[in-house]
Amino acid sequence: MGDIAIQFSSLADFLAMGTHGFYVWSAYGISAVVVVGNVLAPILRRRELISAIRRSEARKRSV
Amino acid sequence: MYEKLKRFYHQLGSPRYFYHISGHFLPWLAVLASLLLLVGIVWALLFAPPDYQQGHSFRIIYIHVPMAILAQSVYMLMAVAGAIGLIWKMKVADMLAKASAPLGASFTLLALVTGAIWGKPTWGTWWIWDARLTSMLVLFFLYMGIIALHGAIQNVQNAARATAVLALVGVVNIPIIKYSVQWWNTLHQPATFKLTEKPAMPPEMWVPLLITLLGFYVLFALLLLMRTRCEIIDRERSSKWVRQLVIAQR
Repeated sequence: MGDIAIQFSSLADFLAMGTHGFYVWSAYGISAVVVVGNVLAPILRRRELISAIRRSEARKRSV
Repeated sequence: MYEKLKRFYHQLGSPRYFYHISGHFLPWLAVLASLLLLVGIVWALLFAPPDYQQGHSFRIIYIHVPMAILAQSVYMLMAVAGAIGLIWKMKVADMLAKASAPLGASFTLLALVTGAIWGKPTWGTWWIWDARLTSMLVLFFLYMGIIALHGAIQNVQNAARATAVLALVGVVNIPIIKYSVQWWNTLHQPATFKLTEKPAMPPEMWVPLLITLLGFYVLFALLLLMRTRCEIIDRERSSKWVRQLVIAQR
């Protein structure tokens, strides 16, 4: 492997990605949104399931 | 040894045992996925050299290729799990298959969307009815069909059976995706990674790609376990162990 170095001279240069900033950042941005959604979905579903089961258990005990 | 393996396989078929054992893996998978993706993405965006023809737009490869590979692997896993559920009536296999579908659909969608975004500056078009693109779109529709079928059938066992059959029929599309770039060589470039040849890229480019690919695989394993565990809680909610588990949760 050759030398590994940062390929950009400044932050502005990094954000511009040559002339392809829009394409690179929209691809990475959309992917980040989908990944975060995929992680949150089972966490929220688990929380919902547990509170729903707990509620029905409480109802059963009060009857 | 064989007997032990057989016993382990049968134990895994028990939702309660699967729930218990998978719980131990979650933190390790989360740490490993975060590390691999952090290193891979930073390397991909900052340190990988730009392509001499495509410039920096080539950095989209670090998302696009892992998503496209994963989309197909997840489909195969879903079909195999569905088949196991069909043949041996293994409940956990049905749940794994069901949990795979939305993940596979989202990866296929990302492969298509990042491909379109990459195609615009590279080919001059967002979309073309190239064989690779079209067969990936068919894969997306297969996933959506399976998700819709799960939603449409109330009975859990019937839904598992119907979706498993649909998934198995759709397997035909997987070799079409793989060989599409050879059979109809139009616009999409050939495979990036092949098992039998060295990549056409220098290691400065493909090592980070391998890292993001591994990272997304581990992330998928984590998400699959999380979703399957939800499915187990849902379906076993009237069993004593789930009720005790819920009470113990604070």
